[in-house]
Amino acid sequence: MRHRKTPFIFGFLVVPVVLYIFLVIWPYAQTFGYSLTDWPGAAPPRKFVGLDNYVALFKDSAFLSALQHNLLLLIVLPLVTILLALFFAFMLNVGGKSGTGGVQGVRGSAFYKVVFFFPQVLSVAILSMLFQGMYRTDKGGLLNGIVIALGLTDEQHPWDWTTNPTFGLWCVMAVLIWSSVGFYLVLFSAAMQSIPKDIYEAAMLDGAKRGTTFFKITLPLLWESIQTAWVYLAIVAMDAFALVSTMTPGSYYGGGPDHHSEIMATLLMRNFITFGKAGYACAMGVVIFFITLVLSVVSLRVSRRDKIEF
Amino acid sequence: MGSATEYNRRDLFKRAAAITVLAAGGTSLLAACAGGSGSGDSASASPTLGGDNKNPFGVKATDKLDVVIFTGGYGDDYAKQFEESYKKAYAGAVVSHLGTQEISGKLQPRFNAGSPPDVFDNSGAQAMKADVLVGADQLTDLTVLLDAPYLDDPTKKIRDVLLPGTIEAGTINGKMYSLSYVYTVFGLWYSAKLFKDKGWAVPKTWDEFITLCGTIKAAGVSPFAHQGKYPYYANYVILSMIAKQGGQDLVKRLNACEAAAWDDPAVLKAVTAFYQIMEKDYLLPGTNGMTHTESQTAWCQGKAAFIPSGSWLENEMLAATPADFDMAFLPIPALAGDKLAATSLWAGAGEPFMVPSKAANKAGGLEFLRMMLTKESSSTFVKAANSLTVLKDGVNPDVQLKPGTKSSAAAIKAAEATFSFTLQELQTAADAEIQNATNELVNKRISPADWVARGKAATSKKV
Repeated sequence: MRHRKTPFIFGFLVVPVVLYIFLVIWPYAQTFGYSLTDWPGAAPPRKFVGLDNYVALFKDSAFLSALQHNLLLLIVLPLVTILLALFFAFMLNVGGKSGTGGVQGVRGSAFYKVVFFFPQVLSVAILSMLFQGMYRTDKGGLLNGIVIALGLTDEQHPWDWTTNPTFGLWCVMAVLIWSSVGFYLVLFSAAMQSIPKDIYEAAMLDGAKRGTTFFKITLPLLWESIQTAWVYLAIVAMDAFALVSTMTPGSYYGGGPDHHSEIMATLLMRNFITFGKAGYACAMGVVIFFITLVLSVVSLRVSRRDKIEF
Repeated sequence: MGSATEYNRRDLFKRAAAITVLAAGGTSLLAACAGGSGSGDSASASPTLGGDNKNPFGVKATDKLDVVIFTGGYGDDYAKQFEESYKKAYAGAVVSHLGTQEISGKLQPRFNAGSPPDVFDNSGAQAMKADVLVGADQLTDLTVLLDAPYLDDPTKKIRDVLLPGTIEAGTINGKMYSLSYVYTVFGLWYSAKLFKDKGWAVPKTWDEFITLCGTIKAAGVSPFAHQGKYPYYANYVILSMIAKQGGQDLVKRLNACEAAAWDDPAVLKAVTAFYQIMEKDYLLPGTNGMTHTESQTAWCQGKAAFIPSGSWLENEMLAATPADFDMAFLPIPALAGDKLAATSLWAGAGEPFMVPSKAANKAGGLEFLRMMLTKESSSTFVKAANSLTVLKDGVNPDVQLKPGTKSSAAAIKAAEATFSFTLQELQTAADAEIQNATNELVNKRISPADWVARGKAATSKKV
């Protein structure tokens, strides 16, 4: 019956594949095409310019600094988020009293799990509004209220948080981390739940402490989840558009002050929509596409481990 | 989100020729071209002026009129009232009205299909690019409207009753394609009540302004707030000072992104004078990072004395303004050696109305525009939107203007000259760089001389 299998599979796949080609692959292909023109975005392209857009792109200091900021995000965001999520997940599932080592979480862990997941249910728009209130630059901001109350500064000199050239991007990063940890905590929790308890019990009988069980048992058995989390967070780090464009200063999609929190996505939007340089923006999109693709492939390759069956 | 409203505000003052945006967000790269390149049907013949003052374009009451209005800060109730008067004038006329914020989304397919509305208000974040529409021969040349008789006084033509700059604002390639209906002035705003209570005299010169700031600060109020997250508001002050110091010719050269214009000593002199606000620490604490909503609210609460903005401010802050606030407008105070008079101010026409060239009822569209330009219609708009129109003396004496609108109307009357910077609409890339420089300046991270150098460098971004 083997010869009947192929049309069967094909029949099931034809619709999604056609949709995918039409809605994803084809627009991508068009972006490649448009990136070789001087398309203004609201009228047909005027002329073919070859690789001029790409040459200009790598001479554009704003783009290069945006690229650096994305790479910074790419390192900090996954690393910090995964470490925090792992730590909390471990504490909630297997980090209970040392006497029970690995068999239960800390007291009240069911409640904590729900609370940690809260940020995940907020839409990005709400998140942005919420933190604009936190980071507000006069004494009315929540954080400024705290630092003024602590006497770190006075009412006449409130801190400037997201509008500070050095710390602005870090403020946005903190929001990204705050909002992602909950989701990965739940992901890792689920993975930990599936680890057989007898492995932990055996380790405990051999006198393993919490730290040892974490590094020798939990981490290796969670590797696949961590790998997935890493790729997802890398993609978030390459985007980060919504928060940067609304929380940082600058009239057209933020990125300020003076490009200090600029990321590739904000620069792309500004060129595409505000400046009417859509061809140039498409070239940027192509570069972002390749960077994301290469990163995903590399991180999956590098972090490959032998699968452990349990 | 902050930015979304920000764009709508900015677009209250959009030029016809502005580099407008595509549908913000979600515009796929499959975006159809505005201006449909391939529709073969030709424009219907333009109405010519008949001798009839009542009906110069030859409107047939039986023809349906199709109106599309942008529902932004001004709403669209005023337009519904205009439509009622149209129905009165042309008994039996059917008017279809669409109020929307998605001008591009709603109209682009209609333009491409060759069935556009008869008149539309091309404004907002999703306005269609006027230069593209003109390039694709989609708009009616409004010269015929300019030469039509003025309804309130048929001895005058429409072109005689428009405020200066209106025709220029709608002109592309030497022809007028849009009627910008709203007249906006830019300058400083303050609470007349606060000033009266404290006995502060309104400053006429920049030196008086700086001295007064000292007095204000001593009284425990911050002298100057601005919408720091969006630096173009501070530019209203700096650029106005430059214009007054350097004169109309310099404005023209700066608008043209001419690098040498920045070497004019007027530029450095003006920005150095502005910098005194930072040197003497006259800013509202935190204002450099605040949104327009945050800083303007603080100003309404009396935490700061002056704030820069356009004349939409009053309508925008209605809910936050105390009843006895008595909002008042002040042209940017004069510097010593100014080329323009102290009363001169930055003013311009915005909110472009257009008649598509392929409209089914072009005569009706033109007539609708002509009816908008009566004292009655203009007063209707002023009441609804608390903003002035481009009609000279366009407010009936019986209309109770709000204090801020009254004050800006008086300033327009008194103005010896008006000037207008178009960088924000026509040279967005250069303007963005100037805004960045201003943001650095108000944070004291660069000096006035650096600001000038960066402004000069920004001219390389000329479109």
